[in-house]
Amino acid sequence: MDFISILSIFVLACFVGYFVVWSVTPALHTPLMSVTNAISSVIVVGALIAAASTGSASAKWLGLVAVALASVNIFGGFAVTQRMLAMYKKKER
Amino acid sequence: MEAHVTPSWVLLAYLVSGICFILALRGLSSPVSSRRGNMAGMIGMTIAVVTTLAIHEIASLPEIIGAVAIGGGVGLVTARKIQMTAMPQLVAAFHSLVGMAAVLVGAAAYLNPEAFGIAVRITPIASPSIISILPVSRIEMGLGVAIGAITFSGSVIAFLKLNGNMSGKPILLPARHVINLGTLVAILGLIAYFTQDQDPWVFFTVMGLSFAIGFLLIIPIGGADMPVVISMLNSYSGWAAAAMGFTLHNSAMIITGALVGSSGAILSYIMCRAMNRSFISVIAGGFGGDAAAGAGGEVIDRPYKRGSAEDAAFLMSQADQVIIVPGYGMAVSQAQHALREMADLLKEHGVRVKYAIHPVAGRMPGHMNVLLAEANVPYDEVFELEDINSEFAQTDVAFVIGANDVTNPAAKTDKSSPIYGMPVLDVEKARTVLFVKRSMGGVGYAGVDNELFYRDNTMMLLADAKKMVEEIVKNIG
Repeated sequence: MDFISILSIFVLACFVGYFVVWSVTPALHTPLMSVTNAISSVIVVGALIAAASTGSASAKWLGLVAVALASVNIFGGFAVTQRMLAMYKKKER
Repeated sequence: MEAHVTPSWVLLAYLVSGICFILALRGLSSPVSSRRGNMAGMIGMTIAVVTTLAIHEIASLPEIIGAVAIGGGVGLVTARKIQMTAMPQLVAAFHSLVGMAAVLVGAAAYLNPEAFGIAVRITPIASPSIISILPVSRIEMGLGVAIGAITFSGSVIAFLKLNGNMSGKPILLPARHVINLGTLVAILGLIAYFTQDQDPWVFFTVMGLSFAIGFLLIIPIGGADMPVVISMLNSYSGWAAAAMGFTLHNSAMIITGALVGSSGAILSYIMCRAMNRSFISVIAGGFGGDAAAGAGGEVIDRPYKRGSAEDAAFLMSQADQVIIVPGYGMAVSQAQHALREMADLLKEHGVRVKYAIHPVAGRMPGHMNVLLAEANVPYDEVFELEDINSEFAQTDVAFVIGANDVTNPAAKTDKSSPIYGMPVLDVEKARTVLFVKRSMGGVGYAGVDNELFYRDNTMMLLADAKKMVEEIVKNIG
């Protein structure tokens, strides 16, 4: 992919983000923060590339540490979001 | 350039993963669809990870699995054990991890650019070959590392403040604006220079300065501005992921980064609007320090009415409608469960009970809603400021618990007040205001006295929030 197509994806995604986030109900702003936290750990992709690579031992170890940190976030972020969302209940009638 | 010959199924897989993340946020438009949304997020993450592992030759699978197991285990245990009142500091801690991961990935990409496909090998005649990182990638990498480092150190400070390891009071260094601006300019200048010279000192100085500025930016910001800070750091963690996505030419990372970045930016905007403050003034810091507290200090001796739990129980059980206004104090004393019990008893007496939430109540966006949900308060009894404000005039009792400035009528009338113009809950329009507060001395985060305390229709209930509510429950029962 060249720089312009990447930039296009980025700009369009910003617009999507803008509209999607305004539609989030304020009652769910805390779960919004924890789930955005979890998904921003998609940075694990970069960490995996580094950890899987050969050629530089230090890059590999930095990658492995990054994989561990991002994993805390991925598992923790989704789990805590799920725990919160399970608490939101309607009036039982 | 030999880089980036990625098969098209891989590009598609990352795109699908990005779409899953969009759906995850989209689901949060209502509590019903939100659980499905969270599931979509997990699927998206799985796709991204599996795709990455599938296309790379993995030289160290056991180590990777080990790293995932350790990190995942820590994450899961934390997520299960954490108390809901501690959500703000947990989110801050998680932000710091994203920031650190971005820094580490950036450093790894710097040390081994060929693995990331961002380098060209130049072989001058009669000398060993040089690996040169593409200039565009250098900028992206530099920005990613800088934003990641700021996210990390800023979030660590936010965590320490929220967790109480560090005073919530703003810490003001002399000439801090000059220092901060200078550091920022230096970082940007070095990133520009990095395109010319890929020497390690440039890269690591950018990293070091960025860690420093994250720290410097957050220490002068007071505890009550934390909803803005935590949203802002949320945004930064997104931009860090996006910058890394540019480096790796990865659409899942770019889409996610853009989503998270705009999400945090919008939340910051909502929080600033709810405090009627500009983003710049929050970032400049210093709000709610000792200087501000002096302003309202001289009026402490005004007469006020003090009530007991018994009075409160009587007033509320006789009412047609009670609106509960929770604030950070409720979270501090963990009063939400007792509060729900009180509401249940009142409902048995035929009282309509509603909850009114100010956008900046608590320490992060939506903080109060989560705590009430935890105490099994149905979400259709919980209302946002603009949906319920007109109802106070027809309400018998407004029960303010742990909130202060968000109920201060001075925000509507007193132009000299530091909170003038901030949207507030019109609690004073209710027939009676019951105000639960630890003591008369303390002031809210803005350091201003609350006019409401001295009104004829206000009754102060001076005690710890949880104890007071429990007492009231006994008296209603």
